[in-house]
Amino acid sequence: MRYEAPETLERASQLLAAETGIARVLAGGTDLLVQIKSDVIDPILVVDIKKIAETREIKETSAGFHIGAAVTGAELKEHAKLRAAWPGLVEAANLIGSTQVQGRATMGGNLCNGSPAADSVPGLIAAGAKAIIVSATGRRELPVEDVMIGVRKLALAKGEIIAAFQLPARTPHSGDAYLRFIPRTEMDIAVVGCGINLTTDASGTITAARVSLGAVAERPLLVADAAKAIIGTKLDAAALDKLATAASAACRPIDDKRGTKDFRIKIAGVLARRTAENAYARAQGKIGKNH
Amino acid sequence: MAKHHVQTTVNGDAVEFLCETDETLLDCLRNNLGLTGTKEGCGTGDCGACSVTVDGRLVCSCLVLGVETSGKKIETIEGLAKGDELHILQTKFLEHAALQCGVCTPGFLVASKALLAKNPNPTETEVRYWLAGNLCRCTGYDKIVRAVMDAAQDMQKAKPKTKTNTKQGA
Ligand SMILES: Cc1cc2nc3c(=O)[nH]c(=O)nc-3n(C[C@H](O)[C@H](O)[C@H](O)COP(=O)(O)OP(=O)(O)OC[C@H]3O[C@@H](n4cnc5c(N)ncnc54)[C@H](O)[C@@H]3O)c2cc1C
Ligand code: FES
Ligand code: FES
Repeated sequence: MRYEAPETLERASQLLAAETGIARVLAGGTDLLVQIKSDVIDPILVVDIKKIAETREIKETSAGFHIGAAVTGAELKEHAKLRAAWPGLVEAANLIGSTQVQGRATMGGNLCNGSPAADSVPGLIAAGAKAIIVSATGRRELPVEDVMIGVRKLALAKGEIIAAFQLPARTPHSGDAYLRFIPRTEMDIAVVGCGINLTTDASGTITAARVSLGAVAERPLLVADAAKAIIGTKLDAAALDKLATAASAACRPIDDKRGTKDFRIKIAGVLARRTAENAYARAQGKIGKNH
Repeated sequence: MAKHHVQTTVNGDAVEFLCETDETLLDCLRNNLGLTGTKEGCGTGDCGACSVTVDGRLVCSCLVLGVETSGKKIETIEGLAKGDELHILQTKFLEHAALQCGVCTPGFLVASKALLAKNPNPTETEVRYWLAGNLCRCTGYDKIVRAVMDAAQDMQKAKPKTKTNTKQGA
């Protein structure tokens, strides 16, 4: 195995594209190194992207936050302004693993590992984040919901790297939240995860919403019908019922040791309600519950 | 492929070692530098026995490549005691019987030190969440949590008081 740690995205991309054998980006390594050790994958080349400035920075511009793909969960948590603007996204990323894993794990890695249960991905999708994808020949943007196309399958060509995530500018009366169901209270993989971001007008009527579910299909989903169920409402009981029904209807989960199909479908509705209540409370300037 | 020549700082000392690309920081510490205080429990990020800090950040050394640590500052369990004088966390672990077989202990100590550096006065819940990635098959955790809380209190008391009117430690 060869190790390279270039200082530009272009160089990193060239290295990955030029390698005829298996080549992988190395971000925090909390998925990749586990897979290498357990012989799931045997790359000839790993390209460490952490020496590339853009992947490691959090910038705030008039267009919104620009978060480097290799920023760690611990660093996201320490960024007070990001946390204040996007508490749901930061809490989603902070649910990944332990303190030690947080010291290394990144949102780029969480997305590109291609797990349907990746915790930060519904947070990014709900936020309306775009992945900024770089190759040796240029850049393109892709909504995060279009990056993962199936279990371990990504819409990235050989040599393409996610450099950063661009979040939209935060508007007043907006709030986001993420909740997951796990059999334990820490250190487990989501049975269902739900990220919701919404905006209200001054009277508290929801004017825009995005609802994303994780671990209920072959990839994290953006559920337009669930968002429609709450737009135009003040999140009253009827709206919450409709939201739960739409969330459950969008699931096409698997049975596994963590949860059956029926359980996942039911929990998706329950979590969507609770997540929406948290996001709504935050949009109204009230602090949402944690977990 | 030639081995990588890595120069780092471990517990304040400049060190250099040679490693293969696929050797983890844990392998390098134990096999190349003879620092066997850092333990391997799982090798997959689940148990925390291999906890060290890299540039002040708590990580599992089993999930870091040795070659990635070039130019970084690494702190391990060997850096806790100053000569014969134990770190207060070590003393408290002994007092509270917070270890039995001891395999998890270096990881708990390094992780607890990182916690207290960031949050000198943690609540019990904060201690438990911070240490959720450190597994112990012997103690049942309560004694460990008590030792950490006790150490935090003593460290607070031991802090030089800058003002005469500071609140008395509860
Ligand atoms: C003990 C433990 C607990 C965990 N718990 C959770 C959990 O609760 N929830 C959860 O979602 N995950 C969990 N994980 C999985 C893992 O920590 C996360 O998926 C993490 O976000 C991966 O990020 P990373 O930077 O470590 O990725 P890496 O391992 O560096 O990379 C993962 C994959 O993505 C590719 N990649 C990385 N960055 C990029 C990029 N910028 N562009 C293109 N490709 C890229 C790599 O080539 C690799 O294939 C856990 C892992 C461990 C070891
Ligand atoms: S040996 Fe590293 S976490 Fe278990
Ligand atoms: S003391 Fe034996 S594992 Fe913790």
